[in-house]
This record gives sequence, C-alpha cells and structure tokens, in this order.
Amino acid sequence: MNRTVYVCCGTGCLANNSLDVYRELKRLIEEHEVDADVKTIVKATGCNGLCEKGPLVKIEPDNICYSKVKASDVKEIVEKTLINGQIVNRLLIFDTAQGKKVISHKDTDFYKSQQKIALRNIGEIDPANIDDYIERGGYEALSKVLFQMTPEGVISEIEKSGLRGRGGGGFPTGRKWRQCCNVNYFPKYVICNGDEGDPGAFMDRSILEGDPNTVIEGMIICAYSIKSHRGFIYIRDEYSLALKNMDCALRQARERGYLGKNIMNSGFDFDIEIVRGGGAFVCGESTALMQSIEGNVGEPRAKYIHSVEKGLWGQPTVLNNVETWANVPEIIMKGSDWFSSIGTENSKGTKVFSLVGKVKNTGLVEIPMGTTLRELVFKIGGGIIGDKKFKAVQSGGPSGGCIPESLMDLPVDFDTLKNIGSMMGSGGMIVMDERTCMVDVARYYLNFLSEESCGKCVACREGIKRMLEILTDICNGKGSEEDLDLLESLCHTVEEASLCGLGKTAPNPVLTTLKYFKDEYYAHIRDKRCPAGVCPELTEYEIDEKLCISCGLCAKNCPASAIWGEKGKPYYINTESCVKCGNCLDSCKFNAVGVKKGARL
Amino acid sequence: MFEKYPKEHRYTLAMLQDLQKEYGYIPKEKLLELSQYLDIPLSKLYSMATFYKALSLKPKGRYIIKVCDGTACHIRSSKSLLDEIENSLGIKPGETTKDGKFSLEVVNCLGSCAIAPVMVINDRYYGKLTSSKVREILREYGGAGDE
Repeated sequence: MNRTVYVCCGTGCLANNSLDVYRELKRLIEEHEVDADVKTIVKATGCNGLCEKGPLVKIEPDNICYSKVKASDVKEIVEKTLINGQIVNRLLIFDTAQGKKVISHKDTDFYKSQQKIALRNIGEIDPANIDDYIERGGYEALSKVLFQMTPEGVISEIEKSGLRGRGGGGFPTGRKWRQCCNVNYFPKYVICNGDEGDPGAFMDRSILEGDPNTVIEGMIICAYSIKSHRGFIYIRDEYSLALKNMDCALRQARERGYLGKNIMNSGFDFDIEIVRGGGAFVCGESTALMQSIEGNVGEPRAKYIHSVEKGLWGQPTVLNNVETWANVPEIIMKGSDWFSSIGTENSKGTKVFSLVGKVKNTGLVEIPMGTTLRELVFKIGGGIIGDKKFKAVQSGGPSGGCIPESLMDLPVDFDTLKNIGSMMGSGGMIVMDERTCMVDVARYYLNFLSEESCGKCVACREGIKRMLEILTDICNGKGSEEDLDLLESLCHTVEEASLCGLGKTAPNPVLTTLKYFKDEYYAHIRDKRCPAGVCPELTEYEIDEKLCISCGLCAKNCPASAIWGEKGKPYYINTESCVKCGNCLDSCKFNAVGVKKGARL
Repeated sequence: MFEKYPKEHRYTLAMLQDLQKEYGYIPKEKLLELSQYLDIPLSKLYSMATFYKALSLKPKGRYIIKVCDGTACHIRSSKSLLDEIENSLGIKPGETTKDGKFSLEVVNCLGSCAIAPVMVINDRYYGKLTSSKVREILREYGGAGDE
C-alpha cells in the first residue's frame, strides 16, 4: 500500500523537535525500503489542540494519528505500522471528552464540532508544494474568475456572501472592493495584512505557514475585480516560517503562471511582493501598515480619508486580513448562497479562533458564527485545566473585553460581542480560571498598549499611561475607591479622543473588568487582597494543615526553597522568602495550598 | 550590502532589518552610510530604528533570550520564568550579560500560545516551561560568565 506520512512541522511541533522525527522517518524508510513517501507538512500549530501533544505524525490512508512522537519512537512506527499495518497503541491520542484513546484526531469531539473553510487545507497539504494545493482544487476559483466571471460579477458574489473582514473590524469585504472599484484612479493596490500582533492569537500565522497559496489566490481574485496589478503581503518578522513558506509559494505560483504577466494566458497581470514587519503592534492598523510599507514609521492617520480611495502611496487600496483572503476562493467555488447559509443573520460563514489559556484543548478552532461561547470553551475546549473554576474568556486581544460566566450562552458573532463591550478582534479567545486576577489582566493589557502606542495622539499616549499608573497602584495595594471613578472617566476620554482603533478600543479591557468583576477591584482596594493570588504585594499563601498529606510536592516545586516540612507533618510556607510564584498552589493535588483570606498590608 | 535594493525610500525598513541581522544591532557608521545611500536624513532613520522593536541600536548578546509575555503566557505565569532568568543571569529585560553571551528580552506573543509559557533562544523554541526547566536549559547553554 502506498502510504503518506505527514509530520507536523508547524512552529509548535518544531519546538518539540519534529524535525528530528522527520529526518529519522526518512532515514529508516529508505533503509527498510518501505513503500511510503515521507512528506513534511505544516499543520496549524495546535490545530487539534494537539500541538501541546506534538510532534504529530499522521499516516494516510490508514487515518492514524500519533502524538508526542520522539525520534526514538520512529523505529517502532516504521516496523509496526508501515511494514506490518499494526497500530502503536501507546502513541495514540487520548480524547478527554470520551475518556479513551482514539486512532485518528478526527474522532475527537474537538475536531467534530468544527467546520473548516479558511483552514480547509491546513494539515492536509505540504505548503512547500503547490501541487498539493492544486490537487485539492487550488486555483480553480482563479480560473473560474478569469474566464467565466466579470469583475462586477466577482464583487457582487463577495457582497452577496456577506463576508466581513476577519481582522477585527468586521467591515463588509464586498463593499470595500466595490468602493475601491468605483474609484477611477490608477494604479490600485491589494494588500494582505499579516501583521498579527494580538497577544494570544495565531490563526494568521497558521494560514500563512500552512496554506500560503489560498491567500495568494484570494488576492489575485480581488486584484482582477478592482483592476489592480500589484499586491503586497505584510508579515511579522517574528514569523520566520510563515515568511519562508510564503516566499516559496509566491515563487512556485509565478513559475506555474498564476502570478506575473498574463496569468493563465488570460491577459491579466498581477504580482505580489512580501514586506517584513518591524515588530510594531500598531502596524496591524491598516493606515499604519501602509506607512510601514512606504518605508516610514508606522503611524496611523485619521479615518475620514478612506484607504479605498487614498491608501498606499495615496492610491486606491484594498487591504484585507489573512483569514479574509483565505475565505475568498471557497466562496467563488461554492457560491455566495452556500457561504451565507452558514452563520448568523449579520455574521456569515465561520471564524477561526485560537482557543488558549487555562483550557484543556488549546489550539485553533474554526466554528460557524453563532456558536455559543459555552460550546466553544466547554465542548470544544473540553473545559478548564485541572477542573478549576471558570472565570472569564477574553476575546479581541488588547481591544477586547473579558466576558463573564453569566454571558457564556451568547452566540459568537461580530455584533453580539460588540454589544457586551468586547469585540471579535482577530480571534484570540483566552480562557481564564479562578487563578487569573482580572485587575492584573486589565493592567497587563494597558501595559502592552502603553508600550505599543505610537505616540502620535495625546489621548492614547498619555491617557493609557495614566490609566496604567492607577491600575498598577491598585495591584500594589495603593489604590483608593475614588481611583475607580477617575479610571472610568479616563476610559471614556481615551475612547472618544484617540485617533485610531488602538486607542479607541484600549479602554475595553478596563471597562469590561470594571463592569463584570468590580468585586475584584474592591478586594484589592478595600481588603488589600488579591483573591486569585496573583498580585505579589497582596498575596500570601498558606497551607491548610488538615488537608496537607505532606507529600512534599509543593516544596519540590518551590523555586525559592520557602517551603519546609517533614514526613507525617503538614508543611509550612516561610512567607519571608516566598516569591509569590504560586507554583505550590498550582501543584498541590489536594487543594491544601490556598490564598490567605485576611488583609496583607 | 545595500546594493541588492534599489535606491528607493520604501526599502528603508528592509535594509535596516538586514543590518540588524548581520550585526545583531545597527552600528552608527552603518546608519550614516544608509542615510547617504538613500539620501534620507539620519534623524529619520533614527526614528525608525527606535520605533520598530525588531531594530536595536545597542549590541546584543550571542544568545538572545526572548521570554513571551503574550496573554496566554502571562496567565500561565511567564513572570516566574522571567524571575528565574533574571536571577540566574543577573540581567533585567533589555540588558546583556557582561560577557556578551546573553541578552534578555520580553516580547508580546510569539504565536505559540498552545504551548505556553514559551521562550525562544535565538531560533530555538522552548514550550510548556516551568522555572526549573528554565534553569536546566540555561545550564545547557553553560550559564553566564564562564567563557
């Protein structure tokens, strides 16, 4: 039987030495003359929540998926599975929902609840080989557009599909193209925004790494509809694998005549160039990104000048996010009716989320719009690690908000999230449990934003800094109740007066935590206590003598050697040398370690 | 090394990135050279070099340790990794050890949230870290000061 072995070489699996596994597989297969091609394949990091169980090795057509494969396991895989067709049980994936091992990752609940459009090829193809993409229907949409559709037809198809920008704002994609098309002013440009900077989001990286051709195809289709001949893909410099794979894909597409002069002999010309980002979060903002491509400092400009009219170098420009581009070829192939049948009334299709934080199955999930948050976190995500108590889920990165348990039954779509003070953002979903301090989370985002604020407008530059000072005081036990009113009024000023989206949405993490978790602010201010045991100044750990079985695990995990004890007697913590890392609390299997109830200061 | 780019304003960032890659930082002389090559005021290049995080005007160590403090890493206590490195190497974020071996940086999200908390030494990723694992990894690199 002709088998294909896929070794996941996404950033996550690479961190677990998947390259060694790949090399070893190649070597042993050659040695044994096994009838199988070894292919490297880039899978979305954590696409099946398995990235933490990586490296992953998939064997087709047997439909077997092995996890946590080490180079030393390869011999057994080759001898048992590839030569004798047996399954190596110990390497199979354990599905927490079913409580048993499963042969294929596709048998897990995590996988079955998903619907893949943007991620359709990821994990199934070798991104370094354009033939893999073509084999799965790649560039058919382009051919359809070039030879069977008019530019007008393409735009109205995208309009009808109801596709909205996946980068965060949710602007209707078709309308954007239409506006740009209506401007009679050339040359026009097409840009892909791959400057994914939201902490906790990595869907764009996975698409760029795992299926670069779909992004290219989407961009060419748009270029045809607005009569543009030049495009740019702006990718974060930190995403080295994404840069490498995109470069390779562009080269191959050019060789095959999908890019460059006279594409597929249609007479249409279009080419794309990669621009490396410089590590500035604000460059994810569209006008700042264009400034950066032009070779300037990435500062945003006021929004009343529309990029579709005056964008890159003052020319009409369509800029869309990576995931948006990845949806375009599928919409063209399957039609707008199909796409708009998925999702909710005003949010069509699917959305990719990176489900991370304190959740059991971390990874990328693509779900139809309108799925409830509860389903996302508890069914697909499998619930909270260590079955601790769920506290909140944070969406939308630094521009989003924290959503409490009481709102978990709401559907995920652009408008619902906005109404509750958060936003869709690029799709980071960070799950937080009782060990996460919401005041610290708000402080964390403000700290992030104060570093990343470009400094152009006063409201954002100074306002965020002052808000951060107040929150830092509260975390250090120096806050007062009046601070909360000041904080809230500052929030509204920054929201109103900032120039770009970064500043306008910066207060969201503060406002939502103030709204839904005010008791935690009060605990910090009135009781001088951090209930989650996170803020060091306001935290003291203690060991419950009745619950401690003196196993000594806490002492073993204590980096400061601040825990003492002897067999048969409860352990105790020396608060003088304690560094408040919380390792003891997290490692105790008997809930004997807790955060002291009384005030500390 | 500028020759591979046309003398166009828009390649400024790319050229600065190449300098950063080549030298590990952007030496003053090179910045002057670039300003002449592109006919751009030095002050403008300086503003770019200080705006973009990927660029540095100070020399970096041979091993650059990037500790991720993205949200997912933050709530999985990336702070304790940082404390461990600060204690072991005696440097704070943004600093380099006296022997020029290690530089320590805190970065915002490396996009490897599924294996949080994460750190990267040069191009090698380390995931699901604890402070004791960090100690071990630093030991593998031979620690600081014994060269």
